[in-house]
Amino acid sequence: MATTEALRAAPTRTRGAWTANPWVRFGARRAGRLLVSLWVLVTAAFLMIHLIPGDPVRGALGRTASAEVVAARRASLGLDDPLWQQYLHYLKGLLTGDFGTSLISQVPTSEIISQRLPATLWLALLGFLLAVLIAVPAGVAAGVLTRRGHGRRTELGFTTTSVVLGTIPDFMLGVALVYVFGVQLDLLPVAGNSSAAAYVLPVACLAIGPAAILARVIRVEMVAVLQADFVRTARAKRLPSARVYLGHALPNALTAALTLSGLLLTGMVAGTVLVENVFAWPGLGSTITSSILNKDYPVVQAIILMYGLGVLVINSIVDVSLALLDPRSMILED
Amino acid sequence: MTGTPSRRRHLSALRTPLGVVTALLAITVLVLAVVAPILWTDSAKAVDTDDILAGPSAEHWAGTDNLGRDIVFRTLVATRLSIELALSATLIAVVVGLVLGVAPQLLGRRAGRLVTASINIAVAFPGLLLALFFAVVFGIGATGAVLAIGLAGAPSFARLVQTMVAGVVSLDYVAAARTAGVGRFRILVRHVLPNVAEPLVVNATIGAGGALLAFAGLSFLGLGVQAPAYDWGRLLFDGVSALYVNPGAALVPGLAVLVTGLSFNLFGESIAKAVGVPTQGTALAPRTVVAPRRSTDHAGPATEAPVGGTDDVVLDVRDLEVAFPGADGPVQVVRGVTFAVRRGEAVGIVGESGSGKSLTALAVSQLVDDLGQVDAERLRFLGEDLLTSDTAARRKMLGTSMAMVFQDPMTSFNPTRRIGGQLAEVSRHHHGLDRKQAMARAVDRLGAVRIPAPERRARQYPHEFSGGMRQRAMIGMGIMGSPSLIIADEPTTALDVTVQQQVLDLLAAIRREDDVALVLISHDVTVVGEVCDRVLVMYAGRIVEDLPAADLATAGRHPYTQALVAAVPSMDTALDEPLAVIPGRPVDPADVPPGCAYAARCPLATERCRVEDPPLAGDERGRVACWHAGEPIEPMQLSTTRTDVP
Repeated sequence: MATTEALRAAPTRTRGAWTANPWVRFGARRAGRLLVSLWVLVTAAFLMIHLIPGDPVRGALGRTASAEVVAARRASLGLDDPLWQQYLHYLKGLLTGDFGTSLISQVPTSEIISQRLPATLWLALLGFLLAVLIAVPAGVAAGVLTRRGHGRRTELGFTTTSVVLGTIPDFMLGVALVYVFGVQLDLLPVAGNSSAAAYVLPVACLAIGPAAILARVIRVEMVAVLQADFVRTARAKRLPSARVYLGHALPNALTAALTLSGLLLTGMVAGTVLVENVFAWPGLGSTITSSILNKDYPVVQAIILMYGLGVLVINSIVDVSLALLDPRSMILED
Repeated sequence: MTGTPSRRRHLSALRTPLGVVTALLAITVLVLAVVAPILWTDSAKAVDTDDILAGPSAEHWAGTDNLGRDIVFRTLVATRLSIELALSATLIAVVVGLVLGVAPQLLGRRAGRLVTASINIAVAFPGLLLALFFAVVFGIGATGAVLAIGLAGAPSFARLVQTMVAGVVSLDYVAAARTAGVGRFRILVRHVLPNVAEPLVVNATIGAGGALLAFAGLSFLGLGVQAPAYDWGRLLFDGVSALYVNPGAALVPGLAVLVTGLSFNLFGESIAKAVGVPTQGTALAPRTVVAPRRSTDHAGPATEAPVGGTDDVVLDVRDLEVAFPGADGPVQVVRGVTFAVRRGEAVGIVGESGSGKSLTALAVSQLVDDLGQVDAERLRFLGEDLLTSDTAARRKMLGTSMAMVFQDPMTSFNPTRRIGGQLAEVSRHHHGLDRKQAMARAVDRLGAVRIPAPERRARQYPHEFSGGMRQRAMIGMGIMGSPSLIIADEPTTALDVTVQQQVLDLLAAIRREDDVALVLISHDVTVVGEVCDRVLVMYAGRIVEDLPAADLATAGRHPYTQALVAAVPSMDTALDEPLAVIPGRPVDPADVPPGCAYAARCPLATERCRVEDPPLAGDERGRVACWHAGEPIEPMQLSTTRTDVP
């Protein structure tokens, strides 16, 4: 991968005994990439407030606020200091867990986040789990059923369904789910997260699209893998079919699926913003939307940072899992 | 890239039903975007205070909004703004993406890497997150949203452009232009951009659909178009709040967004498919899977002389046929093959590719993929009838008594699992050993196939083995049990010459030790002659000669056998003469001529050969299927020089 090229030039050129170990080199490279991405993210979040045209404090407090109030708030936020000083102050704050204070409610944003984060985490995690639980069996089964020369009709039906489900934006799916299960059938709650039943629609809404996309990719990969030489070797060992499909074919089909599921999971993290707004879910997503509308920039800044952090963590986990699942991927980019 | 062939390929996208439907929808939407505001702005504005939030009626097909305005007309009129915004955002994404994507080419190495690294970081973040970030920076409203969605879409376009540019720049003629001193900018304009243009336009079409949906998302959050202006997302946003009163207020704009977004998206995809352009989605999927090898072998029944059977027969095959479904009915690739292999015997099967030799081996070992139809009068291995249905006991017997060695050791091991585990699996399943015992046996077997430091090697992955070692490990896998028969399909073809000999020696050693029989499939007549006791020569799905290996070099009676031998260069072949080859082409399995399949290429062929298929007749020297068996052939007639081949 090209990303690492710039980074790789920096670390030690002299290779000791331990740097010859591909796992150590891999780990160092990933850590380096993570740090650089983290720095970019933090800096972008910091600069966001300064990129906004006009005075953000005036914008947040409105035209009616007196000049004294605005000036005082500016001073308390340190907005009158030189930029580099504010930057250092911001970084120091982050390290000590100080994410700033809401312009509107005066509540520390770290408090808002700790209140709101769990609901969003649960939503994203359950959504991802459901997506995987649907996609893997569906993809494997479809792959086996439509392997070379089999199941033309099954393939057409499966592909069409998954393309359509995969392309509908989750918030529209959400509106449709609300209409069918909330308005028409009155079966399930459509707002909040106060009961287990309230999780059903938001989680399903978040999961269906990614599940469809993932299942499609797993099917294609399974069909390809089932024709590979090593599957024939596994059959030559006279293993039971289930062992051939799940033990030998599936892990190889999963490398591509895992790369994709990383993208899907980060997409789902962002997707929670819309889904939370559809279902009035008390998480970060509904908070960031209202904060943007209220011009409560420190809160927006902190939540953007959280989402970005989530994305970086997910990407790192995916990279490491990929290396564990298919050690060649680690070597290939060396 | 814009010549007629390209246009023809574009048109071919319109021949698929999906292409036609989506193209029509996209055109309809574009026409609506132009005419709808002219025709219906007044109707869309008309306030009907008596009919607020009404459901569908004859007057208002989808009901009204909170000011009593008609939903259908408002949705129609909103087409223009929605499309304008989506196209503007796409334009921004494409232009910024193009600039960022070609920047590494123009900026030189250091700055270029910085741009590349930034793109890679930006691509990792989901578009919606970037859009939210930019929406904050640029402010809430239509302009802010256009900029936000445009910039959020830029990184993935940049990545696409970058990938394509890198591909073009590495082309020979571009490299040549650069060596000739043509400037970077000129190369970009003359060579790179024209090549990138087509895929970029196709991807922009797909991107426009995405932008439309993204816009609806932002508007839905209240961050897009602000009242009194309205696009589809805004109408949807307003409609959702009235979902309990008049679902039509959300349904109609929702459908408009969905149908339009999907039709742009899928229209782009179908063009991309038709012209073979990479899309943002396909650009990032790594492929580790090896393309399947298709077997194109042959067909027609034949009667062959039965083989004299004794007690020490390991493998007994009679009238084996293998057929695959073809365009015009099943194609018979193996056409009645009869042979037997005795304990400890080494039988070679030779023939050109397509002669059916590999499929014969796969059929015998029950590994023909399930499209293939395997038929036989008799197929017995160690006395067990393989034609009856599969059982666990049979699997165990085959798994421990029949070993397979395949052609390509690079692809025959599972890349995701350690070598030791792949060997141990055999014993875990068939001998009931636990993980530790099975692993100990695997290490022992790796040692037995002369792999140094087997303990350490067992913990390694296939990619850490060399080709020769992998093939030895494959043989080691075969002797996890105690095989009576090893079937090796071109086991040395993919290896270099020095390693070939090691693998052959290893096979010979294993055979000597336990009196193991071997079926060696090869196109290499020399190898077969050296290793085997007996040789079966196959042509067009049939055995044409069965002879002792010692006779192969000089005493072959079938003209095809002699031609195969003659085509091998030997030490006394003159180096300045062209290599000898067999004239003509192998028979197409879907179209086997009547009579002897080899007749068209045979110097001895007479009228009888073209009409009547010779049976495989046995005598004390072996078996041969030829009306002119043993007749002398002039060396000049036997083979021809390479220059004669078309």
